[in-house]
Amino acid sequence: MNPRTLFEKVWDAHLVTRETPQTPAVLYIDLHLLHEVTSPQAFDELRARQLQLRQPDRALATLDHSTPTLPAAAGGERPYTNPAAKAQVAQLEANSVQFGVELHGWGSRQRGIVHVIGPELGATQPGMTIVCGDSHTSTHGAFGALAFGIGTTEVGHVLATQCLLQRKPKTMAITVEGRLPAGVAAKDLILAIIGRIGVAGGTGHVIEYRGEAIRALSMEERMTVCNMSIEAGARAGMIAPDQTTFAWLQGRERAPKGADWNRAVERWQQLVTDDGASFDREVVIDAGDIVPTVTYGTHPGMAIPMNAPVPAARTAVEQRALDYMQVTPGQPMQGMQVDVVFLGSCTNSRLPDLRVAAGILRGRKLAPGVRMLVVPGSEQVRVDAEAEGLDQVFRAAGAEWRLPGCSMCIAMNGDQAQPGQLVVSTSNRNFEGRQGKGARTVLASPATAAASAIAGRIADPREYLAEAIA
Amino acid sequence: MKPITRIRSRTAVLADENVDTDRIIPARFLTTTSREGLGRHCFNDWRWLPDGSANPEFALNRPEAAGCSILVAGRNFGCGSSREHAPWALLDYGIQAVISSEIADIFRNNALKNGLLAIVLGEPVHRWLLAHPGVELGIDVVAETITLPDGREFGFRLEPFARHCLLEGVDQLGFLLQQGDLIDAFIREREGREAAIHGRTAQESRSPTTGAGT
Repeated sequence: MNPRTLFEKVWDAHLVTRETPQTPAVLYIDLHLLHEVTSPQAFDELRARQLQLRQPDRALATLDHSTPTLPAAAGGERPYTNPAAKAQVAQLEANSVQFGVELHGWGSRQRGIVHVIGPELGATQPGMTIVCGDSHTSTHGAFGALAFGIGTTEVGHVLATQCLLQRKPKTMAITVEGRLPAGVAAKDLILAIIGRIGVAGGTGHVIEYRGEAIRALSMEERMTVCNMSIEAGARAGMIAPDQTTFAWLQGRERAPKGADWNRAVERWQQLVTDDGASFDREVVIDAGDIVPTVTYGTHPGMAIPMNAPVPAARTAVEQRALDYMQVTPGQPMQGMQVDVVFLGSCTNSRLPDLRVAAGILRGRKLAPGVRMLVVPGSEQVRVDAEAEGLDQVFRAAGAEWRLPGCSMCIAMNGDQAQPGQLVVSTSNRNFEGRQGKGARTVLASPATAAASAIAGRIADPREYLAEAIA
Repeated sequence: MKPITRIRSRTAVLADENVDTDRIIPARFLTTTSREGLGRHCFNDWRWLPDGSANPEFALNRPEAAGCSILVAGRNFGCGSSREHAPWALLDYGIQAVISSEIADIFRNNALKNGLLAIVLGEPVHRWLLAHPGVELGIDVVAETITLPDGREFGFRLEPFARHCLLEGVDQLGFLLQQGDLIDAFIREREGREAAIHGRTAQESRSPTTGAGT
């Protein structure tokens, strides 16, 4: 057989029928993740056509997007931002019962952001095809799965047939050589990558991240990198599974057990790009050049080292972005006054993200006037963080410790910034109005977010990290 | 769905590059369980001023854009989230076709499945269209051409199956359901293989914990 890429191996193994000039491939889907926002119309479609789920045991649902992150009142009433949000949650609860889907809803100790709980449960495994009505499904590619976001019509397709109609995407290799310098995070790396290839640089492609710096990343860091593949326009991002992957997965609830585990690992070890396999496009990045990176504009491709001068606008649209952000060409982002800090989202809400931020905040206070929201990615992350006392560190610093959910990343549950406020956010999108109408988002790593919360200005975390270690 | 063979309209132009789906419909309007009625929130924060009046600066609010059903947009239209609410909102607003030099993958897929034409044209003609708002365009889905007022024609390519569905007015789920036997066979074969690997019966191995391999 010809040498194949990791992507091609997973793609080939899931082909029910190959594509022809007239028809796309029929691709089998191993795991279908569902949440309350992009699924109701798909379930309605099933009802209208009197269809059932083809394989209900391959669907897994949770509540995350429109759920409040403040606790329920004494009477049990949850503080939904509006009745529609409450109705949307009730709809998924009812649909899960009617169609026999496992739902990690209120009361489940496994509820959380869909891209945090999939891996946490061991439901996300190497070599799988995974979809969800959510563009950050690319997160699961960190395990060597082919994982991508779909629209609601396609959610209906997968519910009804466990398959999707797909044209084969192109492939792109991003090789990150060397090692990330101390104090530089996976978030800085992916922001730098998107800054380099552009917000549409990956359109039509599945990216495979490779190289020494990628191999050295933890699973949480790999998830951060793959999560933001879509911010470069890519269909998906993947990393070949290795010992780091296997060690992380072993023992998780849905991971294979005993002898099955050994056989699974044997199969998963085949999931690497063969020597001699070719990519449609290749990019090489030197990890040693990466420094703490932030965005300065209104899409994730407008990313620069925080101490570098903001570039002058080349187009009217770029000028509009600079005006919206109230940034001045020639000045660095470092030092800009901060109003709100958000630590959370499917990009950066896992235990190590909270640990690094807590390490910086320990024994310190937020700068006067700064509001900080800390939103763990899942109930499991919340419980683990509380067991380590991280919640106490955040609270003592003056931050709000919330319940798991998407929260201020998408700002549809009522957690949002006010017009004009500058938000240093560990989330994935700095689009105009994303975190509230008129809110100005600066994407950053958890360490940068924590350092900026203390300084009250966008701050380089490395001096604080050095202190935290010392 | 109604078959779509041709569209004729003046163009409205939104020249901005990288118009994301949060711009097309902000997330706070996604707390709905319906596809209907999203048009009034299409481009909400761009289109309406804080006092609820129409923003005169917004291109689609200009008098000459009224009634236009073809939107010519800057490069990389529809980037960002997978929300199908974006094409639902555009259709409800009255847009039937979006033309750009590059359209984000998920948005394009979602659009075509809802009968919203997502058409990618080469840079020169795209640039010309951006510079000439309000021209009368003909879009022919059969011939895959757009026609300018002076009669010049430019070709475009739709994914052939999406085009077939648009022309016939059928949706893609019908086709997938027709593949049911092949899908069943694939699932049986897969379960059998997993059972062989794991030394169990197919019935026992039907748990999602047995992840797929190659």
